[in-house]
Amino acid sequence: MTTTTALPLVEQFQYGLAAPICLTWELTYACNLSCVHCLSSSGRRDPGELSTAECKAVIDELERMQVFYVNIGGGEPTVRPDFWELLDYAAEHGVGVKFSTNGVKITADVARRLAGSDYVDVQISLDGATAAVNDAVRGAGSYAMALRAMQNLADAGFAGFKISVVITRHNVGQLDAFQAIADRFGTQLRITRLRPSGRGAGVWDELHPTAAQQRQLYDWLVSHGGNVLTGDSFFHLSGYGGSLPGLNLCGAGRVVCLIDPVGDVYACPFAIHPSFLAGNVRDSGGFTRVWQHSGLFTELRRPQAGGACESCSAFDGCRGGCMAAKFFTGLPLDGPDPECVKGHGERALATAGASSAPRPSPDHSHRSAGRRPVPITLARRPPVSACNADPLAGFTAPGR
Amino acid sequence: MPAEGPPEQFDLDAAWQLAAQVKVRPERFGALLYHFGTRQLSFLKSRTLLAVVSSLAAQQSARAACAAADVPAGELASYRRALATLAASQMICKREAA
Repeated sequence: MTTTTALPLVEQFQYGLAAPICLTWELTYACNLSCVHCLSSSGRRDPGELSTAECKAVIDELERMQVFYVNIGGGEPTVRPDFWELLDYAAEHGVGVKFSTNGVKITADVARRLAGSDYVDVQISLDGATAAVNDAVRGAGSYAMALRAMQNLADAGFAGFKISVVITRHNVGQLDAFQAIADRFGTQLRITRLRPSGRGAGVWDELHPTAAQQRQLYDWLVSHGGNVLTGDSFFHLSGYGGSLPGLNLCGAGRVVCLIDPVGDVYACPFAIHPSFLAGNVRDSGGFTRVWQHSGLFTELRRPQAGGACESCSAFDGCRGGCMAAKFFTGLPLDGPDPECVKGHGERALATAGASSAPRPSPDHSHRSAGRRPVPITLARRPPVSACNADPLAGFTAPGR
Repeated sequence: MPAEGPPEQFDLDAAWQLAAQVKVRPERFGALLYHFGTRQLSFLKSRTLLAVVSSLAAQQSARAACAAADVPAGELASYRRALATLAASQMICKREAA
């Protein structure tokens, strides 16, 4: 942390930034997989997706706004035929790219090419430390595909790529096993929260960690926090005690936003719904104008009411939790997070009833997609603690 | 991999500069820094600190850069700490080492 100002940084950030720190850009809704919890309900390409020229115009704009890097996802971004061209274009224009992939196109050749660039970072999605747990959520063969991609990257000398895990009831007991995989490939582990967004809304009840597992996760993060990225996504767990590394603030519309494949700009990647739509990059003034002047983002940068949560002893840590998690479980935005560590969310959910939850939209799922996970049970192991240096030393980007 | 030791060892009289892989974006509160090599984000919590960092490469020493940005003598220690943090995270480096 660097010095000298009256207002803490979190206070500064809640009024918004000249450009996003954490911009997610989903390049396509097309995907070779049909993960049961896909936050963007991806599967089929949308005919209105941005053209190559339109994507390059967005990159030009990001360069002008001095956006340092963009988190590219999908869908599976690498299935776009112009993906590698856009990657090169971004690098030429000084915009870094971290892209999320299931590994389908990460051949040995591609891995060698990627390893050569300072401007490219890769994040391989893996939702189980074993094929059984992973494939139940991401589909048959997806574990082997992800591990082959990791092996190719490691063989190419790509240092420090990321393994990205969405924490579920079935993999939360595998945290040490995930870390072991990361260590094996010389990579960094990134774990994020399961949100009831997209197809995730349909499986959230059965896949989100139990209260006891949340506590286990918090304890694991406290002892491993320095080495593990979280995309700042577990700040709702700060109510257990000390804050976790990161901003501990909902960044939606303030430091975070999403550009979807058709150019729609949403407040956050987990909030693909008309209620959180701020504009479109094809509108006059482009992305810059949406970011700087849209009514929705202006509103989100005003101090937010915490409702009943404000009187809670944990409010300074959790700030009421995740907007998208509340919205898609039918809870009021000024009330508790559905996974509130004090149990207020569970009580609110019991009262609200599932019928009040808005339906995620739009839906690009494969029409044939099987959307139910295979129920499996795993033995949970206690976390092995290996304390690291202060995880708060320095500021780690809420990288996604 | 800190390039420098504790804050009190930060050499105010050496010549410093922003690392080549670092980009700076001014913000209302100061600035954001991003290092494309370490992929770390950092921030400058005041416009004065931004002025100091921006002028490092043009000044003979970090002390001179602080003076040029009108850093009050009483605050020099806290600026030194800030610069030490930036050096430790490789955001700035000694000029001869560039």
